Amino acid sequence: MKARAFKYFRTQSLEDALQAFDRAGGEGCYLAGGQSLVPSLSLRLQAPELLIDISRIESLTGISRSGNVLRVGALTRHAEMLTSPEIARHAPLLRRAAPFVAHPAIRNMGTFGGTIALADPSAEFPAMTLAMDAEFEIASLAGTRTTKADGFFRGLFETGLQPGEILTAINIPCFGNADRCVFDELARRRGDYALVGAGVQGNFAQDLVSTIRIAFLSVGSTPLRARHAEAAITGRALSADAISDAQAALGDDLDPEDNEETSATMRMHLARVLLGRLLGRLSQPDCMRQDEVT
Amino acid sequence: MNERVPIELEVNGEAVAKYVEPRLSLADFLREELELTGTHQGCEMGACGACLVLLNGKAVHSCLMFAVQAHGDHVETVEGLSQRKAIADIQQAFHNNNALQCGFCTAGMLVTAHELLSRNTTPTRHEIRDGLSGNYCRCTGYQAIVDSIVSVARSRAGNVDTPASPGERGTAS
Repeated sequence: MKARAFKYFRTQSLEDALQAFDRAGGEGCYLAGGQSLVPSLSLRLQAPELLIDISRIESLTGISRSGNVLRVGALTRHAEMLTSPEIARHAPLLRRAAPFVAHPAIRNMGTFGGTIALADPSAEFPAMTLAMDAEFEIASLAGTRTTKADGFFRGLFETGLQPGEILTAINIPCFGNADRCVFDELARRRGDYALVGAGVQGNFAQDLVSTIRIAFLSVGSTPLRARHAEAAITGRALSADAISDAQAALGDDLDPEDNEETSATMRMHLARVLLGRLLGRLSQPDCMRQDEVT
Repeated sequence: MNERVPIELEVNGEAVAKYVEPRLSLADFLREELELTGTHQGCEMGACGACLVLLNGKAVHSCLMFAVQAHGDHVETVEGLSQRKAIADIQQAFHNNNALQCGFCTAGMLVTAHELLSRNTTPTRHEIRDGLSGNYCRCTGYQAIVDSIVSVARSRAGNVDTPASPGERGTAS
């Protein structure tokens, strides 16, 4: 349970970090909050020769709004999602999901960019970037590029990040007056990995769904959008019939596998139950006023 | 790669300068280099919460970071909190309520309770249980620990009817 020996390099410069990775010839690894990386090193699932500590790079921090986009620095700690007024106002889905992310002490260290770059399929925030239609800013020695959350999560712990690239910020369309969002998950114990979790964000015209994005966690090898369920309710009011149709359509979106924790059948059932509850809450025009966060 | 590198940090208010291997966890550094053995190590993977310390005032797992990462930072362990009497009332409440048996988890529980009460002076039992969700206790069943934190919150708020208030015991939470 001790990490293999490595060299440690801390820098305040993004450029220095990118160059250090490049020089390490494939043996480098970026370290931000370390809440998944450090146990992985201790278990020797990973054994890089060089750890590049990017946690002090100023340009990766901060939350700021520019026009209709909220830019969340990759080093934003999970705990900040619970306290930041900008997050509460402009990206409330993150505020609602944050209490479910690990435990308080993990939330003090773990970073938003880190959990997205790791892409654990049972993590809350990567799935929420799908529901919020977020965009990622990515830096490399070749420059910077942006890419949508849609298409970024490609396989188990596999993303669109190329070796050496650093996720620097997450751009989130600001939450609007006609938007609503809800999050919930089913777990045996708060803080445990969810059996199934989901976040839904929709834009409403009166009570009709104009657009809606539904993102699940813990039901496959990546965070997943439920596009068939979205299509089943787009343009409709969230009546009992509509919700039932979305639940039925979920069978075309999710294909969970049996594992030691629960059967695929039960996980699918729980996903439908959860979706029904979430859409039921979303159907309430005042759902953004309810203080459901504990 | 086993070469030691210099680190400087503040631990319990005192400046510390040492040479450490980069792979040395902060928990091992505190226990073995500084002999601050109040910080316990249970799982060494961030699940049990026995190793919690304050890093720049926030509770973190000292098993989930390397000592080199704390270079330039302020670390406070349960010894520091105890010596400056920041948690004297929490310790007394744990004692009054029998909120510990084997004691292995207690240091982490105290750090969590300290941070929780500094963030939220009037936590509900639900909030306390949620706050303790990253701290495993294998002896007590948590009830007495929650009771203790409730009683400290009340007495800090000036409500002195509390230490080990019997009415609190056995209430559903």
